[in-house]
Amino acid sequence: MADFIQQLVEGLGSGAIYASLALALVLIYQFTGIVNFAQGELAMFSTFIAWSFVQAGVPFWLALILTLAVSFLGGMAIERIVIRPVEGAPELTLVIVTLGLFILVNAAAGWIWSFLIKDFPSPFPESALHLGGVSLNYSTLGVLGVVAAVMGVLYALFRFTKIGLAMRAVASNPASARLSGVRVGRVLALGWGLAATVGAVSGVLVAPVLFLEPNMMGGVLVYAFAAATLGGFDSPLGAVVGGLVVGVAETLAGAYVGAIGSDLKIGVPLAIIIGVLLVRPQGLFGRAAVERA
Amino acid sequence: MSGFLTVAGLHAGYGAGRVLHGVDLTVEEGEVCAILGPNGAGKTTLLRALCGLIRTTGTVRLDGADLPRNRPEAVARRGVAHVPEGRGTFAPLTVEENLRVGAYTRRDRAAVAADIDRVYGYFPVLGKRRGQAAGSLSGGEQQMVALGRALLARPRLLLLDEPSLGLAPLVTRELFEIIRTVNRDERLTVVLVEQNAHLTLEFADRAHVLETGRIALSGAADDVRADDRVARSYLGIGG
Repeated sequence: MADFIQQLVEGLGSGAIYASLALALVLIYQFTGIVNFAQGELAMFSTFIAWSFVQAGVPFWLALILTLAVSFLGGMAIERIVIRPVEGAPELTLVIVTLGLFILVNAAAGWIWSFLIKDFPSPFPESALHLGGVSLNYSTLGVLGVVAAVMGVLYALFRFTKIGLAMRAVASNPASARLSGVRVGRVLALGWGLAATVGAVSGVLVAPVLFLEPNMMGGVLVYAFAAATLGGFDSPLGAVVGGLVVGVAETLAGAYVGAIGSDLKIGVPLAIIIGVLLVRPQGLFGRAAVERA
Repeated sequence: MSGFLTVAGLHAGYGAGRVLHGVDLTVEEGEVCAILGPNGAGKTTLLRALCGLIRTTGTVRLDGADLPRNRPEAVARRGVAHVPEGRGTFAPLTVEENLRVGAYTRRDRAAVAADIDRVYGYFPVLGKRRGQAAGSLSGGEQQMVALGRALLARPRLLLLDEPSLGLAPLVTRELFEIIRTVNRDERLTVVLVEQNAHLTLEFADRAHVLETGRIALSGAADDVRADDRVARSYLGIGG
């Protein structure tokens, strides 16, 4: 039993990381209808920025805040420069553009920081908290805490602020939002900025586990896609729940299903993606495209 | 040029297809102005042109100053509220949030709260459903939300695109009476595009008949109603 709880918490820890990247995907999909294949690479690039700050002697938490600020501005800039010109283009064009962004960001990171793996410091103590027979790593608890804080901030932003209301209005009906005087272009840029920020959190949290290198986020992106598909691509809450479920499913399958083990764990998110698309394509929390006229 | 809203030589369309071929129109401050006409005459296009949703040539002036082109959000900030075809509902947002989006450009929080209550006064059913997702409301209720959202901008000019579409006759009449009340109490200028000519002429001060992208006939609502051609074409009277 203690072992099971242990696995469950570990699963929630990785799930929280998938959840934050999935949330970034969902934010952009909601505002622009774009599935951003470059989201993981943007997170990786942000993590390198954090690493550079830390290397330069900036304390970790300050480096994190600076990184989030840079990521926010970078996300807005990408929306303006790369996405704005293809706004409203066919979906295939948008997919190709984000794939191009993927390759560009990946190569740029390799060019600037090289492809050699780097140690990324964990901000949390190495020790563990012992409760009954369960020992919980502070790093896992820390990840859960940080992701919960990010979710809380986003929730407050969307639920209680005027700009958050405008963002939800744009996600629901951009033409109508413009008629109410909402400057939709700014909201879209803000959406990309927020997504890049939330994605950066996932990169910084996963880097101590995976080691930092330009291809670090490839696997995480697959899990994030599974999470967003499971939760529903148009539901931020769904992305979070989906991420946690995927993390737990992956960890438990790896621990208890002998045939899967740690080598075949990557099959879990793929199975989830296919299963959801077959049974409930809109995801657990997504809206089916039906509305009263 | 006199008039609160003056439109001169307005051409507009979609891509290569021209829909409006030089519309001239004057609307006085505080009046309810009806735009009638058959399907495809360009009524909806005219409203979309006025509020900057499509490209135009020609002039559109509000209170003596040109309205911005191709930027609906800028037109909205000049005091033009548009209730679009399809009602523009923000389906996942609650009724109250829909109304608050309408007040997005305003800074006077207390007055916004009072205006929201005033809308609930006009439409008590919305007050009862304030926490409900707007997409789950009936067509008539969504039209009330759309009108309420437009009013929350405290507009100087209200553009209404077929508010009666898909509504039961009694609901339509109720809606028109409230439009009339708002028009009278707040001296709000209203431009109303409608298929339902009977009811519209009953409520409007002036009416213009749009045919194939041009104004074919203008006059006081009573005179337009008495016009033979209108009677035959739109009111189903005579023969």
